[in-house]
Amino acid sequence: MATAVMTTLDPKSGAASRGMSDIAIRNLFIIPTILFLIVFNIFPLIYSLGYSFTDFRASSPAAANFVGLQNYRELLNDPFIWSNFAITAKYVIVSVVGQVVVGFGVALLLNRTIPFKGLITTLLLLPMMLSMAVVGLFWKLLYDPSFGIINHVLGLGTFEWLSNPDMALYAVAITDIWMWSPFVMLLSLAGLSAVPKHLYEAAAIDRAGTLYTFFRITLPLVAPILMIAIIFRTMEAFKTFDLAYILTSQPTTEVISIRLYKMAFQEWQTGRSCALAYIVLIMILAITNIYVKYLNKVKER
Amino acid sequence: MAAVQTSGEKALNRVAIVAVLVITLIFLAPIYWIVSTSFKPRNLSTTIPPTIVFTPEVSPFVKLFTKRSQLREPPTAEEYAAAPWWERMVFDGGEKVVRDGKGNVQWSAYPNRFMNSLIVAITSTVLAVSMGTITAYGFSRFRVKGEADMLFFILSTRMLPPVVVAIPMFLMYRAVGLNDTHWGLIILYTAFNLSFSVWLMKGFIDEIPKEYEEAALVDGYTRMEAFFKIVIPEAATGIAATAVFCFITAWNEYAFALIMTNRRAQTAPPFIPSQVGSGLPDWTVIAAGTFLFLLPVAIFTFLLRNHLLRGMSFGAIRK
Repeated sequence: MATAVMTTLDPKSGAASRGMSDIAIRNLFIIPTILFLIVFNIFPLIYSLGYSFTDFRASSPAAANFVGLQNYRELLNDPFIWSNFAITAKYVIVSVVGQVVVGFGVALLLNRTIPFKGLITTLLLLPMMLSMAVVGLFWKLLYDPSFGIINHVLGLGTFEWLSNPDMALYAVAITDIWMWSPFVMLLSLAGLSAVPKHLYEAAAIDRAGTLYTFFRITLPLVAPILMIAIIFRTMEAFKTFDLAYILTSQPTTEVISIRLYKMAFQEWQTGRSCALAYIVLIMILAITNIYVKYLNKVKER
Repeated sequence: MAAVQTSGEKALNRVAIVAVLVITLIFLAPIYWIVSTSFKPRNLSTTIPPTIVFTPEVSPFVKLFTKRSQLREPPTAEEYAAAPWWERMVFDGGEKVVRDGKGNVQWSAYPNRFMNSLIVAITSTVLAVSMGTITAYGFSRFRVKGEADMLFFILSTRMLPPVVVAIPMFLMYRAVGLNDTHWGLIILYTAFNLSFSVWLMKGFIDEIPKEYEEAALVDGYTRMEAFFKIVIPEAATGIAATAVFCFITAWNEYAFALIMTNRRAQTAPPFIPSQVGSGLPDWTVIAAGTFLFLLPVAIFTFLLRNHLLRGMSFGAIRK
């Protein structure tokens, strides 16, 4: 990094001769941040990589024994871990599809002349800015079979949401959809407003149908931004912890982050949990890679 | 033909407006329910069917801030008459305010947790934004070898699942005594927000024409002076927006706080759910605590409304 430096300024401008050189300033500005992130993000990960090959338990004074790949082998052969991944996948699909349908749908509705559009948009965006844990907690009262407003409004009697093993995951996903559809809506609105008006006018002259216009003009042009929203939400839903942890304790809602948390901080299987953390980490990095590619693509447009 | 289309369009527009209003109401209903519950007397918070119309009162907030205990017998008439208005509200709810030997009112844990949240969120925001701004300037104005890879590295640290990072951090913090301290959380939140702050600030600084600084350099400014006197003021809006985003992220964070703190440095997000123990929780007190906790974020959201898109897309989409 410190080698082969070219400054954007012409050296003849004289800046280099007064005060600190550009190279020194560049290094002073960039290196501390990189070091900070290495010390507090990368070093811990190396530390836990080491533990992932041991039987270390943070709750016991016994020294860690090297067990090689045993943790990884056992985890990958553990049907319960796979069921946690399956639950996570189901959760990701339900909540991301829900967010895209609701978020994109609302964006389509908002993409016309509507009184107080700015105010309404801001109000709709409010849920995603709030703390998932704190607001999520309150949904417990909303979902309550007897006192809950949801059952009252929908006329569902004493329908069980969170204490019903078949329903709990959907209940968590509904709360997530409520919180994060606004995010998809926000990005979709940006995409929709960037579609040139003359394309619609041309389509109208050609007497193109509404559906044709939507699938041939609107959707392809909004797709890149919508993709960003989808990948980002997929990643976040994959990592989900707060909502599911706060709302329920059903085995059917034990997403992978909750399994990891329990393994690490309740069962104190530190070595094993480090191995699981690595499996999760590799999956996340793969999605991040795709995400950043799309971010850069949209940026270049 | 054209006239028919317009009236059809008009009708469609009306339907859209109604639909938008209904959706907005549905989206705001949970927030309304939090706010309204925080002004309800306890016996109206869990009724069948739910109470929608009621006379608001502030007793949940009085209860939120005071330590209370169950009354074994109702207060005497003198006790009741001598009590200030807010203490009477607690009496009315069948509880009494706990006082120490000198008669001072005992506070609940809430104000302390709220303060912890403020300390941690503000300090980590200042650190993340100041480091993020200078680093963004470095990436924006100088050629850095492997810039794309470094920026990817920086962003990828943000994407790590909190629980994955928390396991080794917990062990390391335990070794150096940072568990359950403000600094422990501040460091984690700074690291978490730093990547965001670099990406967002880079976008803002990229938009400031280089010519401004070049002119200043020609006028005899050093690069540092040009940065502090030209770039920073030009980037002020961006810095403010980034800071608000970082503050909200740190303010809302739950998983790290749950794992790394338990009492002394505990912030509000893990504290508020911990009030729901066994038995029937007092939802009015939880709602009051939630309401006060959400209020700063709601205000910030309105101030930030024109920057939300940019912030939520890490600076990629600017509009």
